[in-house]
Parts: sequence; structure tokens; C-alpha cells
Amino acid sequence: MYSKKVLDHFYNPRNVGSFDREDPNVGTGMVGAPECGDVMKLQLKVNEQTQTIEDARFKTFGCGSAIASSSLATEWVKGKTLEEAEQIRNTDIVRELSLPPVKIHCSVLAEDAIKAAIEDYREKKGLNKTAEANAN
Amino acid sequence: MKLPIYMDYHATTPVDPRVVKAMLPYFTEKFGNAASRNHTFGWEAEEAVEAAREQIAKLVGGVSKEIVFTSGATESDNLAVKGVAYMYREKGDHLITVATEHKAILDTCKALERDGFKVTYLPVDKNGLISPDDVRRAITDKTILVTVMLANNEIGTIHPIKEIGAICKEKGVIFHTDATQGIGKLPFHVQELNVDLASLSAHKMYGPKGIGALYVRKRNPRVLLHPIIDGGGHERGMRSGTLAVPSIVGFGKACEIAMQEMAQESERLRRLRDRLKEGLYSRLEDVYLNGHPEKRLPHNLNVSFAYVEGESLLMTISDIAVSSGSACTSASLEPSYVLKALGVGEDLAHTSIRFGLGRFNTEEEVDYVIDNVVSAVQKLRAMSPLYEMASQGIDLKSVEWAEG
Repeated sequence: MYSKKVLDHFYNPRNVGSFDREDPNVGTGMVGAPECGDVMKLQLKVNEQTQTIEDARFKTFGCGSAIASSSLATEWVKGKTLEEAEQIRNTDIVRELSLPPVKIHCSVLAEDAIKAAIEDYREKKGLNKTAEANAN
Repeated sequence: MKLPIYMDYHATTPVDPRVVKAMLPYFTEKFGNAASRNHTFGWEAEEAVEAAREQIAKLVGGVSKEIVFTSGATESDNLAVKGVAYMYREKGDHLITVATEHKAILDTCKALERDGFKVTYLPVDKNGLISPDDVRRAITDKTILVTVMLANNEIGTIHPIKEIGAICKEKGVIFHTDATQGIGKLPFHVQELNVDLASLSAHKMYGPKGIGALYVRKRNPRVLLHPIIDGGGHERGMRSGTLAVPSIVGFGKACEIAMQEMAQESERLRRLRDRLKEGLYSRLEDVYLNGHPEKRLPHNLNVSFAYVEGESLLMTISDIAVSSGSACTSASLEPSYVLKALGVGEDLAHTSIRFGLGRFNTEEEVDYVIDNVVSAVQKLRAMSPLYEMASQGIDLKSVEWAEG
């Protein structure tokens, strides 16, 4: 049922782990709920000068495609600026992993996790663009 | 030891080689139609069918004329429930069942509700057990059928069939039990239990798929059923259709083997199951048993591994075949309604795994399963944000979750 790419990310997940939540250069996004069967925590370590994402970590409670989607998200955000990372869409993840229709919510969760982590970082730095966040 | 390991015997079982051997002549040499009354081919087939009927009746404590062949337990459940409902409609329009029944019962009851019948769905306690007093209280003068499964297919909880049977007899209400999961594992006797109708399936007890039976009491009381399949009037008019002779022969043989080996086999499976449980419990924390601690099928273990989603666990132990109550593994995308009825939180329902042991499992396989499940749970917990939070002493129930 799953594509080779999902299986590869599931069996060899990239960037599993945690950064210190209190680190001022770390943004943390946690989305989902245990009752729904998936919770994703995505963390970004941002270079303050360049505003690029230097490193990323995830921990996910969820099915195979939820774990694969988060693993892929950590790979994709690395090296991107916050603005670039914000442009990652769940449909990109669906396409890359060939997710079946019933698993699309996993990709939505991954997109939400990236956005939540970026927002958390900006909030820490007092850079929160509230108007823009609301527009999303 | 051969991989993959099959430990999903509640779903289906392989056909016992002795059963296959008994079936084989009936595909080629002895291929007659049991309804052909005028030649040896037909007589031979009929003789084989009647011998199988005896074997099946003996296992459930009935007589052979009380066995009606069907395509499986789903059809047996349909025939029992709809058959009683439409036969006794003038007497009453009320049926009683349980929230944790198999869908073959629940969806049949739903269909009857759409046709004007009233159905009471009794709740279960936290172990999945129904209370006989609840049955007594639910019976009205309009009640025509009580249907309660012998043992649950997900959590293995064994219901107090004898007590419920006595109540139904006292009240003059027909009592049906879906015995699919318990038959061949537990002693089951329709007289002692006061069961009027019982659904059976061959493929859950080392027989072939596609064949089942409904035990229909003939005396004290004589139960009549309105057929759901019309045709040539086979099976005393209750189920038309040419009998599947090879399958019936196999079903009979499977029952004969069960009769001879059940006591010993159930004890062996109980020991293997307990070994599995002990192995998992001793090496993992936060493992929760679903179902009754004692009143459960000897070969069933259903546990929730907190903080680890079921589908990802199944993928990690890819050379072990078990099943999960997680939404992601179900066709409906809902977590198990059985666990929900027990009051198991949806968070834990997503983490549940059902192990079903069977005839061909070995101690070596159980040990392999323990090792692999333990390391899979540890690996997935290491990447679970819930496990991380729980380890930091955060009460997950107090967290306000951002919905995805």
C-alpha cells in the first residue's frame, strides 16, 4: 500500500530527536492529538543572522505515513530560509511520497508542524507577523 | 523457525492437513450433488454430508438434524437474527444484543431497525463483560430474540452464556449466540447453556473458508426461521442452495479434531499466551490489557502499548502477522468500536495490538515475537513525542492539543 519512499523514510527516519525547547534559536511546532492517532513534534534550529534553518528534528506518534511525512519535512526545511520553508505545501509531500488519499491528513499535519515551528521561533524573537499568521 | 510468523488466528486459521486430506476425494471422485436422490454419486455425497453433520452436532451438544449449513458465520448470524425476526414478528418486534458484537450481528440489527424492529444494544463493563441482570431487565413482552456472542473476536472476553441462556429460557425468549471465536477452544454444549441458535464458522477452527453452520434447536422449544435465501428447499427449507460437499466434509473433520484435542490444545495455547504476556509485561512499561483478565479466550492477548501507534508498530514488526485496533488499520478509519465500548480512550485504542495464537505456533515463535515487539516498541517510543512528554512527567490528559 505504501510507496518505496514512504517505506524508506519509515524504516530509516531522518533527524529523529529533540532540541532544547528553551534554546532561543529553536522553534518548536507540535500538532495533532493522541485521540486522532497522530501527534507530530517538529523543531527547527535557525541561524539568527541568515534566517536559515540549519538543522531540524522530529518526533512523531502516528502511522507509517505520518512518520515518513515528518521525516521528509525535516529534510526539506534544512538549508531553507524561514520564508522558503513556509512555502512547503502538503501537496508537495503527497506527491513526493505518493501518499494514498486516506493518508493525506498526514501531509497536512506535516505542513502545519512546519508552520507552527516557524511561528514559535518568530514569537520567541518578537518577529511574529500576526497579520500574516492570521491570513494563513 | 520460518518467517513470517502468523499470530492472527482470530482472523482465520490455516486448514489442518488432516482436514485437507479428508476433503480431497470430494472434489474429484466423490463429486456428487447431495440432493441427487437417484444414483450412487448423490448417495455418496449425502452420506458424507450427514457424517459431517453428526461431527458438528456432537461438538456443540446437539443432534445432526439441528445443523443447517451456510456460507459462514456472517450468513449464520443473518439467518438467525433475520430468520427469527421475520418468523416471530407477530409475537413481538424487540431484539436484544450487545454493543461489542461482531458487525455481522450489529449491522443485521441495524437493517432490522430500518424495517421497524426495535433493538436494545446492551453496554459492557470495562472488561468487555455483559451483565445477565442487564439482559433480564431489557426483556419485555415484545422481545423475540436475545443474541450475545460466546467470546469476543477482538478482546477475547467470554460472556456468561449459561446465565443468559437460563434467563431467556425462563422468559420464553429465543437465545442466539455467535460462537465463532469460542467454538473448538471452549467447552460448548447447547443443552447445558440453553442455547437455541448458534453460529459457527469452519475457517476459524482449521477448516476451509466459505463454510459455516447455524445450530437450530428442534425440541424444547422448536425454533422456526424465516429463510433469507429462497430456492430448492435444502436444509429443511431454511437455507436453499447446493451443499458444498468438500467444504462440509472438511468442516466435519475440523470439528472431530477439535473434539479430540480441544482440552489439551487450549491448555497449550493458554501457556503460550501467558508466556507472551509475561514476556511483554516484564520488559516494557505502560502496557495495558484490553479485555477481561481471566474470562478470556485462552489464545487471545489484546494489549495497548501506550505512546506507540498501532499501524507503525505493525509495520515495524513486519515479519509477524497480528492486527491492531488503530484507526489506520481499519477499513472504516475509526479506532475499534469494541475498545470504545469498554471505555478505552481513543488514544489507547490507537495503540492496541491483538495477538491470536493457534495450533501451529511454537514456544520459539512466541519468544521471537516477544523480542521483536519489545524492540519495536522501544524504537517507536524513542521517536514518540508522547513518550517523551510522559517521561518528563507531563500529564498528557492535561495538554491542550492543537488539532491537525
